[in-house]
Amino acid sequence: MSRETALVTAEWVEEHLDDPKAAVVEVDEDTTSYDKGHIRGAVKLNWTTDLQDQVRRDFVSKEQFEALLSARGISNDQTVVVYGGNNNWFAAYAYWYFKLYGHQDVRLLDGGRKKWELDSRELTADVPSPEATEYVAQAQDHSLRAFRDEVVAAIGTQNLIDVRSPDEYAGRLLAPAHLPQEQAQRAGHIPTAGNVPWSKAANDDGTFKSNDELKELYTEAGLDWSKDTIAYCRIGERSSHTWFALKELLGLENVKNYDGSWTEYGSLVGVPVALGDEPGDA
Amino acid sequence: MCGATTGGLSLDGINVAKEAIIQGIVTKGGQPVESAYVRLLDRTGEFTAEVPTSATGHFRFFAGNGDWTLRTLAPGAETTDTTVQAAVGSVAEVEIQI
Repeated sequence: MSRETALVTAEWVEEHLDDPKAAVVEVDEDTTSYDKGHIRGAVKLNWTTDLQDQVRRDFVSKEQFEALLSARGISNDQTVVVYGGNNNWFAAYAYWYFKLYGHQDVRLLDGGRKKWELDSRELTADVPSPEATEYVAQAQDHSLRAFRDEVVAAIGTQNLIDVRSPDEYAGRLLAPAHLPQEQAQRAGHIPTAGNVPWSKAANDDGTFKSNDELKELYTEAGLDWSKDTIAYCRIGERSSHTWFALKELLGLENVKNYDGSWTEYGSLVGVPVALGDEPGDA
Repeated sequence: MCGATTGGLSLDGINVAKEAIIQGIVTKGGQPVESAYVRLLDRTGEFTAEVPTSATGHFRFFAGNGDWTLRTLAPGAETTDTTVQAAVGSVAEVEIQI
């Protein structure tokens, strides 16, 4: 995977709006954004209802994912381009999710919805009604997904990257600041995790920084390029953004996203927690 | 945005006593700007959060005690920075003119 095959520009999307081999998918944190206006022909995935099991905390099953994509008219041989608001947080999460279920050709629209809007490109309220397909997903690829036990085992041995804002990392905030701060879990971070906020990988307009800038960023933050890496945030969406930068743009092997993230870790009984601006000891 | 209080967003359903709220409106020539992005930067200038403005030009953050900067981006406008102080239990109302 490389920058050329993982990322597309707004111009590329405009050129492929009528290409039957491309499917454009919008995924937003604010699930009403799509309804107000979206890229022509784009279908919507709702991360709260479409991508999450509605009873237990987990993703939808392979069969549910197949039914979902079939209903949205997405086929296995299409190039799926995902984009969304909030600097592509949830679009990157959807990208990772498509990879988790084995979709071959997924790409992220660089800059997402924000860049598209700041460029004053066309948005429409017309909802497409694509013909249903028979999508076939693969079993989840757990080489991309970290679970809590391996995260605890990674303390002091692997690269742990906390991509939340410095105030969340230090324990001064419990959630990104556009959400209420009253939360159940403890504040802080996983000991030995470095703090490289996801935002450092992006420009103000939401596009990704260059590969050279990204390499410098993670090297300066102390990333050991020879070790396996786990990225986490609060619920796994911002860390998908960093997972994307490390694995898909820089081509780093063995990078996992911990989707349980701080809302799971910060609620676990008995695990170590570090407070303050320093990583802390294992 | 129905039920907006004078000069700001409705706080219905929010436990104001436990939050340090920063909220306000982005305007251009006296008119609300609905396609702007407001970023919240912490005391060291580090990105903390970002929201698009609503149809009525409004935005809101739940911050912490201290000094913050609001950076506003909008199509065809210069990026502007506005400083604001927040405290748990209060609502800092800000009008940003671009």
